[in-house]
Amino acid sequence: MSATVGQPRQFCTLGGQQSVVAIERAIPIVHGGPGCSGKIFGGLSFFNGFQGSGYAGGNAVPGTNSCERDIIFGGEQRLREVIDGALKVMDGDLFVVLTGCTADLVGDDTATVVSEYRERGVPIVHASTGGFKGYNHLGHELVVKAIIEQLLKPAKAINPKLVNVWSVVPYQDTFWAGNLKAIRELLEGIGLEANILFGHDSGGIGAWKRIPEAAFNLVLSPWVGLSIAEVLQQRFGTPVLHYPVLPIGAVETTRFLRAVTEFAQLPFQPVEDFILKREGNFYHFLDRAADFFMEMRWDLPGRFINISDSIYALGISRFLVNELSLHPAQQVVTDEPPEEHRETIRRNFAELKEKVSAEVIFSNDSDTIGRQLRKTGYDLPPLIIGSSWDRDLAREMGGFHLSIAMPVMDRLVLDRSYIGYEGGLRLIEDIYASVLGTY
Amino acid sequence: MSTILQHPRHLCALGGQQSVVAIPRAIPILHAGPGCGFKLHTGLGSYNGFQGGCYSGGAALVGTNVGEKEIVFGGEQRLREVIDGALKVMDGDLYVVLSGCATDLVGDDIENVVTQYRRQGAPIVYAATGGFRGTNLHGHETIVNAIVDQLLTPQEKISGLVNVWSTVPYYDPFWAGNLTAIQDLLAGLGLRTNLLFGPDSDGIDSWRRVPAAELNLVVSSWTGLSTAKLLNERYGTPWLHWPTLPIGGEETSRFLRAVTEAAHVDGQATQAFLDRQERRYHYYFERAADFFLEFRWDLPSHYVTVTDAFYGTGISRLLSGEFGLLPLRHFVTDQPPLEQHEAIQCQFAALSSELNAPLTFTADGDQIAAELREHPDSAPLILGSAWERDIAAELSACHLSIASPMMDRLVASGSYFGYNGALRLIEDIYSMILSAVQ
Amino acid sequence: MSVEQQIRQRDAANSGTGVQIRERRLGSITGFVGTAGELVQIARAGELAERERSFTQAGTCSSFCATLQLSLIQDAVVINHAPAGCAGDFPMFNLYNRYGQGKRNLARQNARLLTTNLNEQDTIFGATHKLVDAIHKAFRAFQPKAIFVTASCTSGIIGEDLESVIEEAEQELGIPIASVNCEGFRSQIWATGWDAAYNSILRKIVRPPLQRQLDTINIITFIGDDYFSELLQPIGLKPNLVVPFTGVKQLERLSEAGATAHMCSTLGTFLAAGLEREYGVPEVKSPPPYGLDSTDRWLREVANLTGKGAQVEPFIAAERAAIAPQLEIHRQRFAGRKAFVAAGPSHGHSSMEVLQDLGFDLVGSCMFHHDARLDHGDPTGDSLQAATRHTPGLSYGVCNKQAFELVNLLRRIQPDLVVVRHPSLALSIAKLGIPAVFVDDEHIALGYRGLLRYARKLANWLANPALERTLARTTKLPYTHWWLNQPPFSMLGEPR
Repeated sequence: MSATVGQPRQFCTLGGQQSVVAIERAIPIVHGGPGCSGKIFGGLSFFNGFQGSGYAGGNAVPGTNSCERDIIFGGEQRLREVIDGALKVMDGDLFVVLTGCTADLVGDDTATVVSEYRERGVPIVHASTGGFKGYNHLGHELVVKAIIEQLLKPAKAINPKLVNVWSVVPYQDTFWAGNLKAIRELLEGIGLEANILFGHDSGGIGAWKRIPEAAFNLVLSPWVGLSIAEVLQQRFGTPVLHYPVLPIGAVETTRFLRAVTEFAQLPFQPVEDFILKREGNFYHFLDRAADFFMEMRWDLPGRFINISDSIYALGISRFLVNELSLHPAQQVVTDEPPEEHRETIRRNFAELKEKVSAEVIFSNDSDTIGRQLRKTGYDLPPLIIGSSWDRDLAREMGGFHLSIAMPVMDRLVLDRSYIGYEGGLRLIEDIYASVLGTY
Repeated sequence: MSTILQHPRHLCALGGQQSVVAIPRAIPILHAGPGCGFKLHTGLGSYNGFQGGCYSGGAALVGTNVGEKEIVFGGEQRLREVIDGALKVMDGDLYVVLSGCATDLVGDDIENVVTQYRRQGAPIVYAATGGFRGTNLHGHETIVNAIVDQLLTPQEKISGLVNVWSTVPYYDPFWAGNLTAIQDLLAGLGLRTNLLFGPDSDGIDSWRRVPAAELNLVVSSWTGLSTAKLLNERYGTPWLHWPTLPIGGEETSRFLRAVTEAAHVDGQATQAFLDRQERRYHYYFERAADFFLEFRWDLPSHYVTVTDAFYGTGISRLLSGEFGLLPLRHFVTDQPPLEQHEAIQCQFAALSSELNAPLTFTADGDQIAAELREHPDSAPLILGSAWERDIAAELSACHLSIASPMMDRLVASGSYFGYNGALRLIEDIYSMILSAVQ
Repeated sequence: MSVEQQIRQRDAANSGTGVQIRERRLGSITGFVGTAGELVQIARAGELAERERSFTQAGTCSSFCATLQLSLIQDAVVINHAPAGCAGDFPMFNLYNRYGQGKRNLARQNARLLTTNLNEQDTIFGATHKLVDAIHKAFRAFQPKAIFVTASCTSGIIGEDLESVIEEAEQELGIPIASVNCEGFRSQIWATGWDAAYNSILRKIVRPPLQRQLDTINIITFIGDDYFSELLQPIGLKPNLVVPFTGVKQLERLSEAGATAHMCSTLGTFLAAGLEREYGVPEVKSPPPYGLDSTDRWLREVANLTGKGAQVEPFIAAERAAIAPQLEIHRQRFAGRKAFVAAGPSHGHSSMEVLQDLGFDLVGSCMFHHDARLDHGDPTGDSLQAATRHTPGLSYGVCNKQAFELVNLLRRIQPDLVVVRHPSLALSIAKLGIPAVFVDDEHIALGYRGLLRYARKLANWLANPALERTLARTTKLPYTHWWLNQPPFSMLGEPR
């Protein structure tokens, strides 16, 4: 792990800044060097689907811009200055102080500084996110846990219909905003209230304070979020449902909804009615597109290769195999899951469908990935679903390419989502738009 | 009409066959030569967003395949054979017999044949759609009015029920997604929509319900107006005509307010719904604006529309009214009737007095290319059909296919209607540009 | 030892191979408010002192600037010795790389960028072994002609010995490998990053001249299209645009040119002065050729340095005459429109000249830092003075892109147009309903014809401010009412 990486597909722990930006009316405060925040914004948000600054992101992020003096003498006083200023200048409901490499390396006691404010009633927390600690998936989890541990109190009563959603990582997943909305709509469709916590209309700090009231935590991803759910279980006794495959298309979405129904002990019939209606619509359009699949098959991609985070690599593989009958070649998982989760991921790939399995390569380095994939020959042009870094590789292999993984430099993404019944149709349209566009 | 067309953008009246395919469990029966059905399926369906045949289209199309014998001796007997067979073989709720050029020209009395079946209780109607009679848009209207005329009977009014007559199925590659979008938006106002086409329609039940609606909502450039007038004469139903695509924050809200008034919905409830939708839309608008402002220097400042007036005016209002782009030229390509031309010109002009661009009514690719060549240095964004790809390349312009024929995109449920539709269009336009420059 | 002394000691230790930060070398500052004339005078008198802010928003660092230049050298590789977050700007550089390749008919391919991805262990035990691996990996994958190793806050604080690794690797691989001392915390002036990058190029890449190319002028620039040929070819000269989209061989021969000139003297100061000092390539000290007067002056100096005096006067006269009618139309069109510039110095000053020539009424400017002097030390290079020679009373501020100050200020001034030259500021300004122009192609306005090109673009932009109006109506800026009612620079401390 942590070998040299060419053409990175994730950034450092301080990337958790973007998770703060994603919370309505939350203000990140970066205690680090002058360049960190801007670089993270550039890599995770702007040159990744052109996701924009958001409310208090981009240029608006308060920061200490630590200089030589702060390194030698410590930056705690400087941090106090900036927090004081932020509380006066920035109009927010929640303030999250994140540390960069400099503050953590020189040992600033950021936690104590921040807790002084908190004790005076300021809604402010601190997360120790010095970049060298890991990738931004970790940063995301650290930020979330900081809010949970420093701000949340046990619930007076449990709301039997409320579920907290821990799924895609804001900004790292270029499509996170549309995705969280899609997940919410699906869960509302079966009678639950989804606490999505990030994104437009997610409720800001008010929604976060309701976390302990939830009936359960849904971890909808292969591994990111599991440790968050564990903390919540320890603190508030909230049970966890872990569904590791992102529901894309009818087969997986139906399976997902039934799993949630069973876990939450929801009434069976309304859910089945909902599923029937949505499946009907999905299969109407799949049927309509089937003419195209049948007739253009000669030229269409034969095998598909995902080069993305485990959440997409797995979710998209399941979808393409189960709904479009495409065949998997090697799949590349780039989000460096911790060892203890890799076996489960491998097993999921081995069971994409009865008699259909795929080999998984864990790597986030373009050179390594390229060398592995070039070893195989392909009769038909392969379809590569990865990041914009992989356009050249696809061209070299004579294949087709669609960018869906960070960094997405060649698409503008607003509220597009590939989750759910509708999301599956959107993915079909986008895959074949990129194929047809080459004609 | 009737000039020579290079790279045509519409087909013939028999193309209305696709409107029948679009009605769930409706069976078109073509009384025409052997090639018509396939050609029209290919041109309006397959190579127009790769819209497949679905239930009763494509290879399932029923047809008499008239030959020399029928031309010389008449084809009514042949037609009876095929109708008999269709009623036994094809599992449908509604059968629609369509005439082609050949059978209309030789004067088969198809109406009489079909009426006899109807008198025996078969749910069957007939429309005169010989290709030479007009474009496939006219064919669509003819078929819709034929069903209204031959099948419908008075019904008790249902409160809050609205019939939706929108863009021509298949011809507009986004027709199905648009209808779902309209349904969802009207549901937000507390209205129930009666859709006549697409997967959310109840097929013949929806058609029989048409006279029960309190309002006919015509959301298209001009098709559907004759239907609304017919329904007003027969059943007293009022109509609202909205001729520009409601796309984006301002236009969609303006549309929904108009529907609220026409349908006598509670204004306060509507406002609450609009506020929520607009807030969400503006969150994403701000995101897009960040991109725009950073790259505006190199993005096209001008755009061209080569579409029908519905899309042309709607998209212009979005791009100019919300994003600050400038119109270069407009082409209206769906051959609207002459009496509609003035209204259409007003719709384009209403955008702004400073932002007027020349408007040409033409479906001829040669004329379109020639007029665009008058702007050699403009490098605009061209939104039109796939035929425009070449002229776009010649002018170093950016191009996105959004109108028929669309040979370079697969369309499933995608739509550019409403608040979400604007976000989809902006994503598609600027992703296309970003991809092309890398 | 005082803070100052400690910092000076560290700086000296670095300067053996590295570059001195701008605060020290050029007396640069990030906080000022007053008039342009005041700033020119104080700087000239050597009395320019920094004013620090208590509250700040995130800035930009040297690492970003250094890598921006180096990553676009087509046959080199950049290795960022840092945790993965410092590579957050890699996607941006890649987009610019591919976009620029397309425009120049170069093969489109990804920029060659690696990160050593430092982790917690590395901060405790050191990571030079990783750097060794990375260098070998880069060499194997790309066969580059040169490798640049950019430092980071982390590598600086934990004291990584880049030079020893590099020395050994150079011997083994036989290509130049250069460290770039662009640790973020070293300087609040992100332009120090350019100096660091150019210092590495001067130390390791540029060679003594084999053969003087007196008709070639080095132009130190970003990624703009080549409009310099328009100015130079008619007088028998040709531009050599550097450093982006060049190759290592081309950079080796920087010493052969007849002169070095700037698109922005803040950008190129260190490199140009270095080429003059070490290889006798004269530096064009007049401000860059934007706006009529500065273009005249620049051309005359270039001609003087290269023996083209006879050609230059007729050319100047002809160009001025050629653009005069159109220019007048634009001046009438823009007359009375209020403009404001928020950009880096030198290029920001150039923008001010252009806007004034086009008839705009310049109501103020705020630049992202101020250099008290340039490396050549010659006051004729004072671009602020050149831009405000007729308007020394112009309101002028310096802030390292602090959006909260700019938003407050612009909300009061309400200009009709703001020209902005830093990523992501345009949105904040547009949310006030004010048209904000981010000029990506920095060459488009240069020279005589550039005025007309720029004017046409601005006219398009200003013709339909629907985007800004919609944003103003539907979005909220994240500042409190309290702040918006304070004087814009009230968080600025006293001069130090």
